[in-house]
Amino acid sequence: MVFLYAFLVGGGICVIGQLLMDIFKLTPAHVVASFVVIGALLDVFDLYDGLIEFAGAGASVPITSFGHSLLHGAMSEGHEHGYLGIAIGVFKLTSAGITSAILFGFLVALFFRPKG
Amino acid sequence: MLNEPKNYKENVKAFQPKIPYVRNCLKAFLFGGMICLIGQFIQTFYMHFFDYSRREAGDPTVATLILISALMTGFGVYDKIARFAGAGSIVPVTGFANSITSAAIEHRNEGVVLGIATNLFSLAGAVIVFGVVSAAILGIIRLFLEQVF
Repeated sequence: MVFLYAFLVGGGICVIGQLLMDIFKLTPAHVVASFVVIGALLDVFDLYDGLIEFAGAGASVPITSFGHSLLHGAMSEGHEHGYLGIAIGVFKLTSAGITSAILFGFLVALFFRPKG
Repeated sequence: MLNEPKNYKENVKAFQPKIPYVRNCLKAFLFGGMICLIGQFIQTFYMHFFDYSRREAGDPTVATLILISALMTGFGVYDKIARFAGAGSIVPVTGFANSITSAAIEHRNEGVVLGIATNLFSLAGAVIVFGVVSAAILGIIRLFLEQVF
């Protein structure tokens, strides 16, 4: 069942992005940047965790989960070390995503030529 | 009257192509949903064979999707999909990897340091900046509220 929910929720989040692009004429960069902020905002009220429990990858693959993970890591360290912990923990959970993006992006750029 | 700047936006409207809202949304829904469905298969694979919990399985899932997306960008496949899928290929984390990789490939002729390394985040930087700024501010607010109440 989680496969169906992943498809529906993930697709639904992308439709919101498409509407922002078509109706409000936002550029892809604006859409993605606002989605990250929205993800962090939803995590303030612990709403995004429920969505991940419900839809699995449908909620953790869209870029909104990046904002959610940033705040989640910040809060987990913040509870231990106070305000300084927020700076320590921001990249705690997103480290895997950012590291792999830099690593693979760099390696692919080394070996591939621009197309078209 | 036609050339008055105030009326410009109204006047060009007749000459702009009509946006197929429904078809664009349908494409975004199908492609975005499909990418998340593939992500769910990968996540289930990690949960099944490596005994990750659903939360822990998220990290390797995202890393795997990023690897696939970076390779597809290298072969020029992802940009072809993106032209068709719109937000369906931009909103998932694969779009983040695509923007990093394509910016780096585009500038690779300028050298490894000045071309690839400096341009890796020329498009994706906005995501990191807005994410970190909002997470830091919201984190401070939430921690403050938790301590007060």
